[in-house]
Amino acid sequence: MNSVLITIAVLAVLGCSLAVILYFVSQKFKVYEDPKIAEVEAELPGANCGGCGFPGCHGLAEALAKADDLSNMGCPVGGAPVMAKIAAILGKEAGSADPMVAVARCGASCNTRIKVAEYDGAKSCAIAASHFSSETACAFSCLGHGDCVNACQFDAITIDPDKGVVVDDAKCVACGGCVKACPKNIIELRPKGRLVQGINRRVWVNCVNKDRGPVAMKACKNACIACGKCAKVCKFNAIVIENNVAYIDHAKCKACGLCLNECPTHAIQATFPAPPKPKPAPAPAEAPQAKAE
Amino acid sequence: MLKTFKIGGIHPDENKLSAASPIQVLPVPAEVKIPLAQHIGAPAQPCVEAGAKVKVGSLIAKAGGFVSANVHSSVSGTVKKIEDFVDANGLRKMAIVITVEGDEWEESIDRSTDIVRDIKLEPKEIIAKVAEMGLVGMGGATFPTHVKLAVPDGQKCEALVINGVECEPYLTSDHRAMLERPEEILMGVKILMKALQIDKAYIGIENNKPDAIAKLTELAKNYPGVTIQPLKLKYPQGGEKQLIDACMDRQVPSGKLPINVGAVVQNVGTALAVYEAVQKNKPLIERVVCVTGKPLAKPSNFLVRIGTPVSACIEAAGGMPEDCGKVIGGGPMMGRAMIHTDVPVIKGTSGILLMNKKESKRPEMANCIRCAKCVNVCPMGLEPYLLSKLASKELWDEAQVHNVMDCIECGSCNFTCPSNRPLLDYIRLGKGKVGAILRAKAAEAKAAAEKK
Repeated sequence: MNSVLITIAVLAVLGCSLAVILYFVSQKFKVYEDPKIAEVEAELPGANCGGCGFPGCHGLAEALAKADDLSNMGCPVGGAPVMAKIAAILGKEAGSADPMVAVARCGASCNTRIKVAEYDGAKSCAIAASHFSSETACAFSCLGHGDCVNACQFDAITIDPDKGVVVDDAKCVACGGCVKACPKNIIELRPKGRLVQGINRRVWVNCVNKDRGPVAMKACKNACIACGKCAKVCKFNAIVIENNVAYIDHAKCKACGLCLNECPTHAIQATFPAPPKPKPAPAPAEAPQAKAE
Repeated sequence: MLKTFKIGGIHPDENKLSAASPIQVLPVPAEVKIPLAQHIGAPAQPCVEAGAKVKVGSLIAKAGGFVSANVHSSVSGTVKKIEDFVDANGLRKMAIVITVEGDEWEESIDRSTDIVRDIKLEPKEIIAKVAEMGLVGMGGATFPTHVKLAVPDGQKCEALVINGVECEPYLTSDHRAMLERPEEILMGVKILMKALQIDKAYIGIENNKPDAIAKLTELAKNYPGVTIQPLKLKYPQGGEKQLIDACMDRQVPSGKLPINVGAVVQNVGTALAVYEAVQKNKPLIERVVCVTGKPLAKPSNFLVRIGTPVSACIEAAGGMPEDCGKVIGGGPMMGRAMIHTDVPVIKGTSGILLMNKKESKRPEMANCIRCAKCVNVCPMGLEPYLLSKLASKELWDEAQVHNVMDCIECGSCNFTCPSNRPLLDYIRLGKGKVGAILRAKAAEAKAAAEKK
């Protein structure tokens, strides 16, 4: 009985004295962390996707707490509502970045592309790209092995046998994981676009083929041949043609859809139907008018 | 006793179908496409323009740096255009297209078949000559030869190792060259020994070529310092680190080059080209190409002008068979499948292999069963199953720790895997990524050092 009491007493004294030592040590070596960092982190989604460019949500919270200007930073997953809350916590002005979405710029799909070779190596775009150009005649096309699908942490990308890479607007948070994963640099982050009648209106060139027109046309019937018709018809000078491929500058594009009808190879894609075509007979008269405007 | 390398190795079927077929001269085609980048390093810079008249052996593109090689015209005629073409991997590369008119050679080239035994040039001059004639490693890696011969300060070369192994199944171009032009090869070895200022050379030949071993051993008696080293049949004995191990009993440490153990390795084809360049003033304008494969009617060895289309070589070997599933540039182990056959033969094209449809299919892969066969056969002592796993999970730092950069891409792991896993595919990817990371780090360190 006595030995039990001694044990309890010794342990109690030891415990108390160690607790006191620990208390002073923790006071001495205390690392001050801005309490706002924890508050900000609580607001962030906690996906740790790295889409913001920082190592996880804690990294972003730290950077946000330190930053003077929030306009160039933000959580792509949470978007504007989360950033507004965070700005309120930090007492700073939130940036007004448009919500973005991943856009795959290639019209080749498993069923429609013309195969010139057959690849039976490892099912990975990175490996296929290190071996050769592509199974199709187009050296720039989507390889279709789904590195982007694997890279997406939000289950937003699927590969459809008919349409190729399909991005689900609702699920995509524009973290940019797929952009980094694609060895062909086909995927790009673009603004979701203005919401009209439940549709985010956006237009993009669905091709990245840098070959000269005739070569590109031979390789794929939906290739951009850099004819320049879209650039001519665009009223906002949003379309530039560089390296034999057209590119729509999303900062200037108003998503009017005029270029959709103009493209001879249907390389331009939009989330909305093309505007009705001008009637064939008076078309020549109308075209210069449109230009004059 | 037969020697060989110590760790790993496999025994694929030899299939040397064209071993008995003598080297035939392939007719000059109507048009040649000579790529500017036929070697490792910077592409050559063209020094002719469209419309220019060239002769066989005229310089048409100059080396674009130290690690680069001159390119010469392989035909006589008119330069049609300098434009891009789609290479065997489907990528666009620049090439000089020449329309053939007659067959007029530069006067400086000695076209006689007499053996010139007197080496007039000094070691430095030999290396300069080799660079001028645009020589690259003929085994397939196409590393510029003059760079290999320029031994860096502080290093000492003790022996030259000549690769007559030809361990790739099917290929016989080096075998035929050793049988038909042994004197020239031995003279080439002598010239290389003089350039390196050494008096010891080994010619490693696997014992599946007893005729070549016998012939060279007989002739080598007149060449002091040259040892013919018969080797036990095992793939990948032609890898330079494996060959040094087999011939000299020395192991190249991880991340080091053969010169660190006092060796310089050259291919027999390169030795032949060195002889022709130094003694006959002939640039690298043609090479022996082995066109082979089971579905092919006449597997043959051809002496082909650089720039000749691959399709012409296949035509000469009996035409494209119906049952052809794959055309491979190089051997079955390390070669690459071609996207189309309208690509030119280049300095590194050692073989063109046709595979029938059944052979060419890669079998369906299954799960890794941890049998460790890949570890047993890896000639570099690596763990392929681990490296491929690390690469597939993008763990580059860990892949580097496990020496992914030491992989010689021989394909023994892929060959032996009972689950048909694409091990090398992933390792190669890892090698590329880790290499890029290391280069970026080195560049950063260099920039930081310069700032200071």
